[in-house]
Amino acid sequence: MRHYQAIIIGGGSAGLSAAVTLKDRGIEDILVLEKDREPGGILEQCIHNGFGLQRFKEQLSGPAYAERYIKMAEERNVKIKLNSMVIKLTPDRKVEYVNSEEGDVTVSADAVILAVGCYERSRGAINIYGTRPSGVYTAGQAQKYLNMNGYVVGRKVFILGSGDIGLIMARRMTLEGATVVGVAELMPYSNGLPRNMKQCLEDFNIPLYLSHTVTNIFGKDRLEGIELSEVDDKRNPIKGSEKYFDVDTLLLSVGLIPENHLADEAGIEMDPVTRGPKVDENYMTSIDGIFACGNGLHVHDLVDFVSLQAERAAEGAARYLSDGKSEAGVITLRNGSNVSYTVPKYIHKDAKINTEVFFRASRPMDKASLTVSCGDRLIRKLARRKVMPSEMDRVMITAKDLKDLDGDIVISMEENA
Amino acid sequence: MTENKELICINCPMGCRLNVTIEDGRVTEVTGNTCPRGREYALKEAVDPMRILTSTVRIEGAVHRVLPVISDGEIPLRQMFEAMAEIKKIDVRAPIKEGDIVLHDILGSGVNIIASRTMDRVD
Ligand SMILES: Cc1cc2nc3c(=O)[nH]c(=O)nc-3n(C[C@H](O)[C@H](O)[C@H](O)COP(=O)(O)OP(=O)(O)OC[C@H]3O[C@@H](n4cnc5c(N)ncnc54)[C@H](O)[C@@H]3O)c2cc1C
Ligand code: SF4
Repeated sequence: MRHYQAIIIGGGSAGLSAAVTLKDRGIEDILVLEKDREPGGILEQCIHNGFGLQRFKEQLSGPAYAERYIKMAEERNVKIKLNSMVIKLTPDRKVEYVNSEEGDVTVSADAVILAVGCYERSRGAINIYGTRPSGVYTAGQAQKYLNMNGYVVGRKVFILGSGDIGLIMARRMTLEGATVVGVAELMPYSNGLPRNMKQCLEDFNIPLYLSHTVTNIFGKDRLEGIELSEVDDKRNPIKGSEKYFDVDTLLLSVGLIPENHLADEAGIEMDPVTRGPKVDENYMTSIDGIFACGNGLHVHDLVDFVSLQAERAAEGAARYLSDGKSEAGVITLRNGSNVSYTVPKYIHKDAKINTEVFFRASRPMDKASLTVSCGDRLIRKLARRKVMPSEMDRVMITAKDLKDLDGDIVISMEENA
Repeated sequence: MTENKELICINCPMGCRLNVTIEDGRVTEVTGNTCPRGREYALKEAVDPMRILTSTVRIEGAVHRVLPVISDGEIPLRQMFEAMAEIKKIDVRAPIKEGDIVLHDILGSGVNIIASRTMDRVD
């Protein structure tokens, strides 16, 4: 069995960034396994601009951002096997993949980095009544058809969910000549970035129905229409509020979930909220030598953070390869009030690095104070403005902060008047 | 004639709410911006909003059937559909490099439409 220093599963922005960092840390014998026919991942279908503002101080399109990382990987002779789908990962870091040239192959490594991306919630996951005609797509599927195959999925479109992919597709399909009749959001606030609300909906006068959901679907072979209902504060449809729209296409933009089955089958401990693996400050999962990053760890809205986090996971893997794992105990990070999750989940007490913790607020707040505390001890208090669950936030916990801590670290937010 | 407009700055995730005063088609006051970019944005946005345009063009001999393209500068929002009609007329052949111009000076705006990725020739 061929053995590598490190194997990276997935050649999207996370996988490429991790590979580049490993090479720069002197880890030479690495392999990237990618199931698609080209590297780049989801970015290849995200042709709009707005990528790389933090990383390159430029507004790049998704493919252009990916191309920068593909070039960096090429310059460092990163070995990428394309069309190679990983079907199994074992706790002793054996990786089984299939491709049409080699068939079914198993390789092993001292470190494995999961960079597998995410998938979209589909109709089955949200339970809409009605018939099952064609014309119902996830927003990402429609995006792929249009931006990679040149095929517009419909002429009269309704979009359920105000996630960014849905908003981006509202504009894209409008420019392609389709009519987007409306976008509905179950929550009383939008789930997309304000800039996308402005550029994708307002610019084209596309109405947004907050606190609304699709309650029925009509049509036999092809979708013919949908029923939209307002929901109450418990998110139950209100009788008598139904509106009808004649549309041939319904796009679902109702959430992304980390692609977690490889990790799950390997027996890695998962976080029920993010639905990705639980990791420590080195991005190592509950299994020694297996790391996770990118959308396969938790869903990101900015690719810049994906690249950043993948670098940290690769640095964690490089440290593990040279020093082994820490035997010190861990401090658990917990989400307090108004915070829905934190990544990482654990920090070793003897951590020498500062740990940047990624988290999301669980509701919008105009002004808030963010606190990091442990028991009675307040470690940090910071002010925040215009907090949105759709925008990931970060806070630093330094190695010094960890001194003499006893108990869990809790990250919370309180709304200020 | 004096007119007041509320805008949301789209230049960064802060999403500042801007208040713009317009007199006879000219912006005379901007408030609510946290940084100078907000003011610059408001000056144009209140009078003639400008946007980057991204789309695809047909490509022959490449890994995909279409090539993603982007405008190398901003185009007036009011001309987006006209610009799309021009882009629809284009066909290109692989190989194409990122940054290659696929359409010069779209609608006389001085802005070019360029390839936003490289696509090699595949047979
Ligand atoms: C549709 C969409 C729109 C977005 N828009 C923006 C935006 O406007 N601005 C912004 O900054 N960010 C945006 N993002 C966020 C950001 O682009 C992504 O979070 C980021 O690119 C994800 O990178 P990744 O490497 O984690 O995942 P991916 O890019 O999905 O890469 C995962 C890779 O792993 C491969 N893979 C998965 N399973 C296996 C397996 N078993 N074997 C082999 N290979 C496998 C996949 O084929 C894929 O190539 C968007 C995200 C999405 C989904
Ligand atoms: S005004 Fe400045 S800080 Fe505010 S959204 Fe615009 S660019 Fe960002």
